Amino acid sequence: MSELMGLKAKLGLDVFKHDKEAHIKIKPGMEKDPRLKRAVWVCPAGLYSENDQGEVELTIDGCLECGTCRIACGIEVLEWNYPNGGCGVQFRFG
Amino acid sequence: MEKDFDAIVVGGGLAGLAAAYTIADAGLEVLLLERGDYSGAKNVTGGRLYLNPVREMFPDLWEKAPLERFIAHEELSIMDKERSITVRYDGAELVQAPYQSYSILRGKFDRWFAKQAEKKGVAIVNKNRVDDLIIENGKVEGVRAGGEDLTAHVVVACDGVLSLLAEKAGLRKPGVPQDHAVGFKEIIELDRTTIEDRFNLEGDEGAARLFMGEVTRGKFGGGFLYTNKESVSLGIVVGIKDLMEEPMVQAPDLLDAFKLRPEIARLIKGGETSEYSAHVIPEGGYNSLSKLYGSGILLAGDAAGFSMNIGVTVRGMEYALASGYYAAQAVIKAKEADNFESETLAVYEKLLNESFVMTDFKNFKDAPRVMENPRFFQHYPQLAGNVMKDLYEVPAGSKARIYPTVKKYLTFGEMWAMFKDFRGVKKI
Repeated sequence: MSELMGLKAKLGLDVFKHDKEAHIKIKPGMEKDPRLKRAVWVCPAGLYSENDQGEVELTIDGCLECGTCRIACGIEVLEWNYPNGGCGVQFRFG
Repeated sequence: MEKDFDAIVVGGGLAGLAAAYTIADAGLEVLLLERGDYSGAKNVTGGRLYLNPVREMFPDLWEKAPLERFIAHEELSIMDKERSITVRYDGAELVQAPYQSYSILRGKFDRWFAKQAEKKGVAIVNKNRVDDLIIENGKVEGVRAGGEDLTAHVVVACDGVLSLLAEKAGLRKPGVPQDHAVGFKEIIELDRTTIEDRFNLEGDEGAARLFMGEVTRGKFGGGFLYTNKESVSLGIVVGIKDLMEEPMVQAPDLLDAFKLRPEIARLIKGGETSEYSAHVIPEGGYNSLSKLYGSGILLAGDAAGFSMNIGVTVRGMEYALASGYYAAQAVIKAKEADNFESETLAVYEKLLNESFVMTDFKNFKDAPRVMENPRFFQHYPQLAGNVMKDLYEVPAGSKARIYPTVKKYLTFGEMWAMFKDFRGVKKI
C-alpha cells in the first residue's frame, strides 16, 4: 500500500512479547522536565506525548528498544533498561 | 581461579557472533548470551554489508550466507522540496564476483550466523539479559544474568550502541546526542519480478540508493533504500541532536513524508509493509570511541562506537565483524599467556590499530565535524535543484541564456561560502 498507515498500525506489524514491567520509566518528579520533552520529537515509535498539564507520558507498548530517548533526554530523567530476556520486540527482518 | 568459561560474549550481533565464532574455532570454551529470542531479534541495519574488508577473516562463512542481493547499482539523490537530482553509478567491478557488497536483513543473517557459531562449539543462551558485571579488585570476573552468576576469564561486551556494560565497567559514559543518529525503516514486501523491473535489475543484482536534503528537512542525515530479494528496506537516518532542534519535526513523520515523495511512492507502490524497526547508530567517529578494553573485558562493535558515516558510505557491520574478530584474537593470546589483565588485553587495540578498522577511523576522524555543516543538507540541495529547474525550463517566451542562469546563483558570496565548505571536505 502506498497510502500511509498510522504509526500504531505500523507497530502492530511487529512481533512484541509482553514484559512484566516497563523497562523504561520516567523518573518521579521529572514529568515536566524540558529534557524529557525532547522524547516527544525523537522517539521513532511516537511513544511519548505531552498531556494538558504539560507532563510527558510514556506508553511502553511498541517500544523498538532503539535507545534514542536515553541519548536525547539522559538518565537523569529516565530510568532506562532493556526488557527482560525474551521480552520486547523480536525483529524478524531487522 | 576456576571459571565457568574462558570467555563470555554478551550480545548476539555481528561483533558478538564474530568474536564467539573465532574464539570457539581456536578451541576455547565460550558462552554467548543474547537477550532476544534468537540472535538478530534485536538487531537492525539499513542495510548493506561490504564484504571485502572482512572476507578473509571468516573464509568459510560467505558461500552459504543468507545475504540478499549483491549491490550492482548505486544512486545518490539530492532532494529539494519539489525536485531532486540523482546520480547513478554503474561499474563493471560491481557486477564481478566476488561482489563488493550485499543488502542484508539481520533477522535472517544473524540467526544463521549463530547456527554456524554453534557448529564451531559456541554455547548460546538466548532470552537472557545480562544485568551486571561481576567485578572483583578492579577486574571483570563474569556477568550476572537472570539472577545467576556466570564467571569467565574475560567478558567480550558486544551489547550494542548503548553498551550499558561498558558504562558499568567505567569504559565509557552514557552517549550524547551529537555523537549519535537514529535510523528507522520499513520492510516493504514486493515480489521479485516487480523489484527487478522497477529497479532495472538482473537476477540477484541489487540497488542501493541514498537521499539527502529535504528528506531530513535539512537536518544531518538522509534517506536510504536497499533492495532485498523480495522486499525493499526504506528508511531514514537523522542526527539526534538535529532532531532536538528547530525546525521541530517528529521523527516518524520524516519517513511518512519520504514515502509520499513521487520519486519513492512509485517504487513501493503495491508493496506491503511487514515490519517497522529503529536503532541508534554511533556516528561520532574516532574522537568518540570508547576505551576499548579493561582488566578482564573487551568492547567490540557498536558498543565501542565502531560505526562511521562519511556521506557516500555509512558503515558499521564490517567494523563490528572485524572488531569481534580482533577481540577474539586478543582473548586467544591472553589464554596462551594465561593472563587476562588489561596489559595483555591491550593487544586488542594494537591489532585494531594495524587493521583497516583504526586506519579508517583515523583517516576519517574529521568527517563528523565536516558533515555536520547544515548547508550540505539544506542549502546545496536547494541550490542544485534551482539551477536544474532553470536549466531545464522552457518558458512560454524566450529561454534565458545558460551562463547567466547559472551565474545568478553563484554570487561572489556564494562562491566564497562554497570554497570554505569544500575546504572542509578535503579533510575527509
